[in-house]
Amino acid sequence: MLVALTVATAVAALLLAAWCGWAAWRDQPTKDWHFIGMGVVALMATAQLVVGIVQLARGERPGQDSVIFVAYLLGAFACVPVAGFMSLAERTRWGSLTVAAGGFVLAVLQVRLYDIWGA
Amino acid sequence: MTSRQKLISGPGILLVWLYGVMVVGAVSRSAYQISTEFDRAPLAYSLSALAGLVYGFITYTLVRGGERARRAAVVCCAAELLGVLVVGAWTLADPGAFPDATVWSDFGMGYLFIPVLLPVTALYWLVRGRAADRQAVAA
Repeated sequence: MLVALTVATAVAALLLAAWCGWAAWRDQPTKDWHFIGMGVVALMATAQLVVGIVQLARGERPGQDSVIFVAYLLGAFACVPVAGFMSLAERTRWGSLTVAAGGFVLAVLQVRLYDIWGA
Repeated sequence: MTSRQKLISGPGILLVWLYGVMVVGAVSRSAYQISTEFDRAPLAYSLSALAGLVYGFITYTLVRGGERARRAAVVCCAAELLGVLVVGAWTLADPGAFPDATVWSDFGMGYLFIPVLLPVTALYWLVRGRAADRQAVAA
């Protein structure tokens, strides 16, 4: 469950990064549709945080330390919303590029989460 | 000139985001390592904590804006670049001193080389900001 969610979130985050990168390339700010996309990705990261905590509560343990696991879950949870708010403050292509960078960072966090859970 | 010169408009917002990510990464990593296994690699963990402090200060100056903050940011970015280069070379030359990695190990390879690319980009942005400001004053 958690692994499937991790892979799905990583793919969604990369799609979001490509989409917002495309907007930046075309010199456009983030628009409503982008924010819906960010909402979907943020929702997946939230689901991941909940599932991760439930699995910990059930007594399942990640391969590495639980503290690191929860820290990465929280980072993944906050990543896209923070980038989204920054793009609201910067209504140019650079706001779009910031969200693209946010999606990319989230994908990297997913790879790390995969290692931390499985190692 | 009533309002402070903005350092986070345009490309600056992307810099703030990347510096913010590095702050969270370096500070949380070093806080965890120092509190749980400091004796294993004290030098590496202290250097990561130092990197976190520098990143935090640069983020603050960028968000604050104004000429003094810009100058402080230039100094810190130069120090950051020097730190990445020295620590990067140090980790390659004397791996024995580093039983575990720092944020700046191997020029920041573990962080996709963002630690070495970020200060170069930031210095370019900050120095260009001053040039544009002077033109605006002259005009």
